[in-house]
Amino acid sequence: MAAADYSRWDPLFGKLSWDIFPFHEPVVLVTFIGVVVGGLAVLGTLTYFRLWGYLWKEWFTSIDHKKIGIMYMVLALIMLVRGFADALLMRVQQAWTASGGDGYLVPHHYDQIFTAHGMIMIFFVAMPFVTGLMNFVMPLQIGARDVAFPFLNNFSFWMTVSGAVLVMISLFVGEFSTAGWLAYPPLSGIQFSPSVGVDYYIWALQIAGIGTTLSGINLVVTIVKMRAPGMTYMKMPVFCWTALCTNILIVATFPILTATLVLLSLDRYLGMHFFTNELGGNPMMYVNLIWIWGHPEVYILILPIFGVFSEIVSTFSGKRLFGYTSMVYATAVITILSYIVWLHHFFTMGAGANVNSFFGITTMVISIPTGAKMFNWLFTIYKGRIKFEVPMYWTLGFMLTFVIGGMTGVMLAVPPADYVLHNSLFLIAHFHNVIIGGVVFGVFAAMTYWFPKAFGFRLAPFWGKVSFWCWLIGFYLAFMPLYVLGLMGVTRRLSQFEGTAYSIYFVVALIGALFVAAGIAAFLIQIVVSVRNREALRDTTGDPWNGRTLEWSTSSPPPYYNFAFTPRVHDIDSWWQMKQAGYERPFDRFEPIHMPRYTSTGIILAGIITVLGFALIWHIWWLAAVTFVVAIAYAIDHTFNYDRDYYVQPDEVAGIEAERTKLLAAEAASK
Amino acid sequence: MRIPKSALLLAAAPLLSGCNLVVMNPSGDVASQQAQLIIYSTILMLIVVLPVMALTIIFAIKYRSSNEKAEYKPDWNHSTSLEIVIWTVPMAIIMCLAGLTWVATHRLEPYAPLQRISGDKMIEEDHEPLVVQVVAMDWKWLFIYPEQGVAAVNELAAPVDRPIKFEITSSTVMNSFFVPALAGQIYAMAGMQTELNAVINEEGVYDGFSANYSGAGFSHMRFKFHGVDEAGFEDWVEKARENEQPLDRTAFLKLDEPSIANPVAYYSSVDPELWNAVINLCVDSNDLCQNDMMMVDALGGGGLEGIHLRDVFAGICSAGNPSGMLSRIRENRVTARADESEGPLSLSGIDIAGILKRPGDTPDLADGNVNLNTDK
Repeated sequence: MAAADYSRWDPLFGKLSWDIFPFHEPVVLVTFIGVVVGGLAVLGTLTYFRLWGYLWKEWFTSIDHKKIGIMYMVLALIMLVRGFADALLMRVQQAWTASGGDGYLVPHHYDQIFTAHGMIMIFFVAMPFVTGLMNFVMPLQIGARDVAFPFLNNFSFWMTVSGAVLVMISLFVGEFSTAGWLAYPPLSGIQFSPSVGVDYYIWALQIAGIGTTLSGINLVVTIVKMRAPGMTYMKMPVFCWTALCTNILIVATFPILTATLVLLSLDRYLGMHFFTNELGGNPMMYVNLIWIWGHPEVYILILPIFGVFSEIVSTFSGKRLFGYTSMVYATAVITILSYIVWLHHFFTMGAGANVNSFFGITTMVISIPTGAKMFNWLFTIYKGRIKFEVPMYWTLGFMLTFVIGGMTGVMLAVPPADYVLHNSLFLIAHFHNVIIGGVVFGVFAAMTYWFPKAFGFRLAPFWGKVSFWCWLIGFYLAFMPLYVLGLMGVTRRLSQFEGTAYSIYFVVALIGALFVAAGIAAFLIQIVVSVRNREALRDTTGDPWNGRTLEWSTSSPPPYYNFAFTPRVHDIDSWWQMKQAGYERPFDRFEPIHMPRYTSTGIILAGIITVLGFALIWHIWWLAAVTFVVAIAYAIDHTFNYDRDYYVQPDEVAGIEAERTKLLAAEAASK
Repeated sequence: MRIPKSALLLAAAPLLSGCNLVVMNPSGDVASQQAQLIIYSTILMLIVVLPVMALTIIFAIKYRSSNEKAEYKPDWNHSTSLEIVIWTVPMAIIMCLAGLTWVATHRLEPYAPLQRISGDKMIEEDHEPLVVQVVAMDWKWLFIYPEQGVAAVNELAAPVDRPIKFEITSSTVMNSFFVPALAGQIYAMAGMQTELNAVINEEGVYDGFSANYSGAGFSHMRFKFHGVDEAGFEDWVEKARENEQPLDRTAFLKLDEPSIANPVAYYSSVDPELWNAVINLCVDSNDLCQNDMMMVDALGGGGLEGIHLRDVFAGICSAGNPSGMLSRIRENRVTARADESEGPLSLSGIDIAGILKRPGDTPDLADGNVNLNTDK
């Protein structure tokens, strides 16, 4: 393996030179060719069908929260494929070397893969999934026409894309970090990681982190200020409650991540010693700081998913959610407790018994509200009429799987037990158990549930069920062996093994990963099949599942202004209550609707910032200076844009609403 | 905390059926207690988890929409008595678990000296533990036996039933010292020392490794831990002594260069100053020791000065003589700013040349009672 030289520097090109392109590694070369061919095919198709203008005008520059939500989901799906490809590469390598082979990945490459896998799955798959869901669903549920700061929403999205783009560039230009997904120093410091890998990691996260923080502020303000009249906090759908708590967590914790990474950058770029071994640096500070962000981050991901399941369980059981109030309090308690458990990620760093027991016990306490939630879903099903649609499959799969992950989580929270389980494959199995069994299942449930609302037709259930079973079986095959391996004393992040005692477990895990691959493929097939059969799957009512919350009162897809009249809310399940009360849609006397105008500032600004990030990674100082100044100037220039809103005229609203009246009448007649 | 043994075995049976679940079936007393804790906590949690899983399946089948006979109450959404059960049952279990955690965490605190050799054997009052100093390197383990004066790379040995006290540090990035059969892991970090007390109860050869990812050679950062009887341990020490290779600063620096899958090696003697130098990151004598630097900082800080004048500061401070610097200053009748004020001493007023005049002068080890503010 010819190691690239990252110590050279040129005033024009920074650290860039020809030998940094890793084309001598066959795996990378094949991937590169695949990406180039695939990318050209996509670009070619878009050009052939003349879709560029459409995409630019209707999507990229859109500040409609629904479209931004959908774009977040698309980003997450694309990155899921990338992150999962990494997982598959690791599974093959481990099954291979555990069976006595030499494997096909050198440590330097393998280490990049597991770092990228973790980082991508959390920041560019799970985060966009939940942010996208909140973006799409929450304003509809609270009866709002958009989020509080529509332009900021578009900009946040493109900043997330910018981070993802930088990570993808690292695949072919230079290399990615080999320091693990949280980049613990001193390994991530300049002394032990002199290449640009950690810089890619830092700047991708810093840029995407700005997007996430801004989006968090945006959604908090939206929930606080823009609820429909009558919707007091205790009449908010549970999903909105979880979204509120999650975004509060985002606003409170992402700045910690940003600050921590700034300190790490100062170490790397300016030779400071915050986290180095010598000259007063202390890596333990980084470990604390990163987990003060990192543990709430786990709840940022799972809380909205708890909300999703609450909506789905109650809709498909045809029943009010059991224990709404305790659900809300459970969510709030989890939000607060998530701040005081971070140390359980490093009981083994040498803290005393008092400190370790404190953090162990606070961690266990979180399982009380979580358990209460579990029981609440259980008693929502109880005496309901369960319709076994695909979202309900995911929900039941979640309830059975998540409790196992919760149980192993509490085991890890007992410090002396953690001493033998920490950093082992048992830990890996645990957090995949809660993230796949919780977040991923929840996201698939949510996508199936709200798909008709977003696109006007349902997803074909057959492929959804195939996807569900593949994921479920795949998950158990892939991760139950890891629990056992952890108890056999196998630690994480190994690319080579002595002997073949672990062979069978890794082979089973690989088979499990292949099932998951089939599950992802089935989901993509499901989308294609559903698009082709969209006429048969069309949802003309706007309420395909007999829903309970406000989003189901709109047409599918909703008009860009969401609601012709802002609804009045009298109940938690306000649409259910409206249906019970014989609600009539208004047909006339529409009023002008104030709406924001689309703008291309977000995507252009994020594009400039992407170049800035690239320049900083490669130490191309002149380019960094230029793009920084341009970005600031462009942002200031945008503040002088006064053409940012308009009024939808009543005639237009009347036309759109009349269309819907016709559809509903036809639907009623056909029954 | 007495749970019938049969119940324990029953719960553990599926876990222990595999032949090499070392974490659940270890050979050291500490690890055994940790394994028991895993079983206890699992049983406690299954009290909630199993009913939840069973009810999920039962309710899902019973209340399926095709089952018209099942009761349907679309508006039933609250029951105070159920809510009380929902919150109190998990709370009760977590309280038990919290008590268990508090007690076990304190009993199994890695820094605390052992209180027993095994379940039926208490420790003798005057028992001295075997001290092993552990250095995590790129990518191998160095074990120093100060009592025996030997050292070994990638091989560890200890007599059974004798408490072992590991003093752990790193000469590189963060690692984690872990022998699953012996006891839980603890991080190895440069510039500081962590500790682990453990005992091995059965003879045998066990796997040890780094459990915290540390870079390219991580997969091969493994060693064998030999649990042997007293005679076997004597033989092992003798084997190391026969090697005729001393572990001094030069040998350490050579060993410290990154290497992957380093073969087992022995050192017949160990420089007694070495461990202190490793922890203070100054094995290379061109480096200013961390403790000296801290002393300089405590006196107001020398900044870059401190690095350039490392010859001046080197050796002035040690754990046993924290005021070595001050005594030297006093001997040279150097006045420092802090003499008149309550503020900290500053280097600015120190006559460096005066101190330098006495090369070879050893710090006054007896003078350990100098107070910063009363010093005249």
